[in-house]
Amino acid sequence: MLEIRDIKTTYGKIAALKGVSLDIREGGLTCLLGPNGAGKTTLIWTISGILKAQSGSMKLAGEELAGLKPHQIVEKGVVTVPENRLVFPEMTVKDNLIVGAFSRRKAKGGVEEDLESVLDRFPRLRERANQEAGTLSGGEQQMLAVGRALMARPKILLMDEPSTGLAPIIVEEIFEIIGKLRDEGRTIFLVEQNANLALDYADHFYLLEQGHVTFGGQPGEVDHDELIARAYLGARKAS
Amino acid sequence: MDFYFGLAQIIGVHTLLGLSAYVVLLTGQVSMAQAGFYAIGAYTPGAMTAMFGLHILPAIVIAGLVSAGIACIVGFPALRVKGLMLVVATLAFGEMVRLFFFNLTWQVERNGELVGPNGAEGFRAIRYFPQNGWEVWHVTVFIWIVVAVVMAALWWMDRSRAGAVLRAVGHDEIAAQSIGLNLTAVKVGAMTAGGFIAGLGGGIYAHTVTHIEHGVFGVLLATFAIAYPILGGLGTVFGTLIAVLFIQGFLIEGLRFMGDWRSLLFGALIVLAMNLRPTGLLGEHAPRMKHLLGLRGRKTETLESKEAN
Repeated sequence: MLEIRDIKTTYGKIAALKGVSLDIREGGLTCLLGPNGAGKTTLIWTISGILKAQSGSMKLAGEELAGLKPHQIVEKGVVTVPENRLVFPEMTVKDNLIVGAFSRRKAKGGVEEDLESVLDRFPRLRERANQEAGTLSGGEQQMLAVGRALMARPKILLMDEPSTGLAPIIVEEIFEIIGKLRDEGRTIFLVEQNANLALDYADHFYLLEQGHVTFGGQPGEVDHDELIARAYLGARKAS
Repeated sequence: MDFYFGLAQIIGVHTLLGLSAYVVLLTGQVSMAQAGFYAIGAYTPGAMTAMFGLHILPAIVIAGLVSAGIACIVGFPALRVKGLMLVVATLAFGEMVRLFFFNLTWQVERNGELVGPNGAEGFRAIRYFPQNGWEVWHVTVFIWIVVAVVMAALWWMDRSRAGAVLRAVGHDEIAAQSIGLNLTAVKVGAMTAGGFIAGLGGGIYAHTVTHIEHGVFGVLLATFAIAYPILGGLGTVFGTLIAVLFIQGFLIEGLRFMGDWRSLLFGALIVLAMNLRPTGLLGEHAPRMKHLLGLRGRKTETLESKEAN
């Protein structure tokens, strides 16, 4: 559905992505694993247009996204759930959700219905609908960030490290939500450090190391432990 | 009695000036250009009524539109800078406007006398109100009707989706972009709306004082414009109104009996108010000054909020 080809992104002189190519398949969960500093978040921000790629292409069902402004990319249906949630802490839960629907303001209507369906999906957000988002727990803020992205009716949901800063039990809850979204047939691109948990849910995964994709395949094809050790510890299997 | 009407008029036009800065501030932009828009709004309808004999209502609407147009043009380049850099850039624009009027001489003959801006002399004889038999209280009521209409419109905007969008951009630009808000449109839109309101305020101001000159529209006025919403808080439009009442009504007029000591106490009271109510007199949750000026990175903020969780 989204074909990423040879994307290069730099911060000044430092190359963060050195030619990344991968495919996000329709109706499934594609996962990107990698250690700190591999460029995972850089890739998310590049796809969402907040960072500009130096070269390369990103085609959504054949349509080029590279070079578009962030709001245009959201209008095309590629919506980000940013790392650390980035909810608007001083706005109410409801207002946070409503601004999420901004990208489809031209197509009138449907916002109220979507608001209801998001609040149905996350009953804890409904209880706190008029509370300020900053007063929510980390897990609830993550739900809010997901709900806010759903308000844009995404074709692809980009999720950047939804487990960051959350207690393990909350992380599992968040992953159950992600699993449910996948089961509904949504297309999800998940960037994670928590490899074991992410691989339980992924249909397809890639490994990003130092700005390069070094592996792509399906969970179960290879020994996960070996792979994770390789990526995160830099170990190579002695053979 | 006239003194109180006069004070009410000053509070009215300054409320408009403060509200113009309020709209822009909601999007996280600290604009020192509002006095410039106010100046444009003062000279334009002054010219319309005094030089070409237009009615006051179309004159101030034209003032608003001209200021809005210029604010829109200023908004685009101003978008490229943030925080302190934006303060400097908008300050420069304000001074540019002031110096433009300092140099502008354009007089026409009307009823046997020359009227129009006359450089450093200023623009005299904007006498629409006395010429048309408006009494002081008529003018005061007129000003407060305009203030009430603008405040009602902003109140409604604040509660609608547009208000949430402005605040979202003001709180976190990256988050706002990631969910598809068009930063350019939102910021330039706020700047344009702010320009319109400042233009209205300036237009009315010119007619209440009948004589305007460039010196009024300097840095001090620009500082007042931005001080009102900051002191009042960004919770609601009423914060700005209360701040204008506090500064113009209490600090400037109320403390007049103290003579030269007033200025000293004036500063001390503002420091005290900002310490007791760091997010403004009304509105607990306005973005902090440091945040608006870009002195605190987004990263630290997320770290803090992570700890809070």
